[in-house]
Amino acid sequence: MAVFWKSGCEGNDNIKKMPNRREFLNTLMRGGILAALGLLSGGLVFRSRDGNSCFYGFDCSRCSKSESCNLPAALEARQMVWQLDPAKCIQCGRCATNCVMSPSAVKCTHAFAMCGYCDLCGGYFKPGTKTLDTAAEHQLCPTNALKRKFVEDPFFEYTIDEQLCIGCGKCVKGCGAFGNGSLQLQVHHDRCKNCNQCSIARNCPSQAWTRVPANKPSLLKSFGKDRLSETSRKGEMNA
Amino acid sequence: MLRKAKVVILTCLAALLSPAAFAIQRFPKPEFESAYTQPQTFIPSPRAEFLAYLDVVVLLISLCVVTWLVLKKRSRLWVFAMSVFSLAYFGFYREGCVCSIGAIQNVSLALFDNSFILPLSVVLFFVLPLVFTLFFGRTFCAAVCPFGAFQDLFAFKPQPLGSRLNTILGILPYLYLGLAVLFASTGTDFIICRYDPFVGIFRFNASFGMFLFSGILLLSGVFIARPYCRFLCPYGVLLNWTSRFSRKHLTITPSECVQCRLCENSCPYDAIDIPVTTKSPESRPSMVKKLMILAILIPFLVLAGGFTGSRLHETLAGIDSRVKLAKEVLAISKGIDLKEKNAGKNSNSEVQEESYEIKAYKASGKTEARVYAEASLVLKRFYVGGWLFGGFIGLAISLMIGGRMMPVYRTDYITNKGRCFSCARCVDYCPMKP
Repeated sequence: MAVFWKSGCEGNDNIKKMPNRREFLNTLMRGGILAALGLLSGGLVFRSRDGNSCFYGFDCSRCSKSESCNLPAALEARQMVWQLDPAKCIQCGRCATNCVMSPSAVKCTHAFAMCGYCDLCGGYFKPGTKTLDTAAEHQLCPTNALKRKFVEDPFFEYTIDEQLCIGCGKCVKGCGAFGNGSLQLQVHHDRCKNCNQCSIARNCPSQAWTRVPANKPSLLKSFGKDRLSETSRKGEMNA
Repeated sequence: MLRKAKVVILTCLAALLSPAAFAIQRFPKPEFESAYTQPQTFIPSPRAEFLAYLDVVVLLISLCVVTWLVLKKRSRLWVFAMSVFSLAYFGFYREGCVCSIGAIQNVSLALFDNSFILPLSVVLFFVLPLVFTLFFGRTFCAAVCPFGAFQDLFAFKPQPLGSRLNTILGILPYLYLGLAVLFASTGTDFIICRYDPFVGIFRFNASFGMFLFSGILLLSGVFIARPYCRFLCPYGVLLNWTSRFSRKHLTITPSECVQCRLCENSCPYDAIDIPVTTKSPESRPSMVKKLMILAILIPFLVLAGGFTGSRLHETLAGIDSRVKLAKEVLAISKGIDLKEKNAGKNSNSEVQEESYEIKAYKASGKTEARVYAEASLVLKRFYVGGWLFGGFIGLAISLMIGGRMMPVYRTDYITNKGRCFSCARCVDYCPMKP
């Protein structure tokens, strides 16, 4: 290395073959930056590869965030997508307006297994509706996306036309208030761009948005069921 | 039957009493007599994972191709063709996401948040262009980055801005980078993505404000070539500094410069350094004096910047949702205190619509203390972050001043390795043959 320095400073005959001081410093800096980049990327990959990312070594009893933690599932899936938790959702209507997609990637999803097939559907009719028919002025849905179909007396089936649904959550609110809560808002990942930072999540008042593992992209709720499964998952991790 | 109804009523009551209850079974599932089959709930699946790696492969291949076109083939036409391809693939097909510029935020969030899983593809999108730049100059900017490629199409009548304006406006990317890293690492916001001027055009869904912004950028790009790349792009700061130490770099001439001055006005980005052949008039004492000034100026500016940044930390943290919520909760608890004091007196005047945030906070059953604790943690992070951010800006400004103070001496027309986008326009102007 000393030779590099000398050759640059003294300007002897070898000047064209030997790098001068500036070039030597450049090489040094290049090596430094390369090493830094290698360390950075290596560290990031290593950390997210084998669970080194958990500060508490997966001892959830010591961690305050354990309720909202999805790290074990995330490590398994390797890819995360955005989803909203219907249990936290307060149907503020921002999903319809804040998505980068228009209409929004959030749509109402019907968990048919929970539906009571009511004639007087709190998600379908405006409060105070007297005649239960499909007239537009009686419907809560601003885009006529919620369809009502007679099944048998006294049951009606409600389906969602996803082309029309804008994810405003009006029906979700009605169903949750007067019905079983079978209508729930969910991100439809065929439309979702999976933005770096979801612009709905940023504006969500109830912090209902989380990144979920891509192999289990749905957070649809049923009656108390998945709360149970969640606690059992945590129990396994503690054990 | 009666017993069943009782059970239903009781469960309903129990559910109504607990505040965080969700999905109460008010109506039992019907038992259909007709041959009705219940439809399946449709949940679409996300984009397949291998496609993310396909993007990385396309990135790698296009980096290799563009580097070869710039350094070996030296063909502006082919570089232009590649930039159209990148605009089509990374821009309009992939809709500008994930991009290397935005990956800065993912990397900084992953460094500070343990629960954020960074996909390997995003790490590669961040690192690959930097590694290529470290060896071959900013060939990523030349024709791989869709933003650069897009603006390049508009550079019809570029006007030289002069070195002073170039350096002063050149501070903006440092500010943007600093703020982006600060907000991303505190988990507040991804401002690069939020104020991305072109992604709205790639997706045909820009809001009016963003469309106006991108329209102004693109139209001003007719005269000020690539305004985003030069005076805003935060990733450009990193590329600029890695490119300065690059092993190889685009040269204007394939052999020796004959100072024909043909290339002098060829660069739309003011990235050609013209010869300064007057031997340095600097006397030794004046050089020493300059170095002394710099030795005082650099620490002073860094400290002053850091101090200013730390003073601003509450303002900066104000856009964080956790801090906002704490402020609202505080205001309400104070309001309630006031109400208790003058109880009974004109209580009608305090009827005000609750914000959704407060409604959600009340529904979540979080304690007030926890909201404050979360906000104060964020504020603490912003305090440290404010020092670092301010110090970084101070350092950037002092380096800019230092760079302008140092004497230069060069005999040939050469590309400025930091600023040059390796677009290979100047190559066509050189009459020399290899």
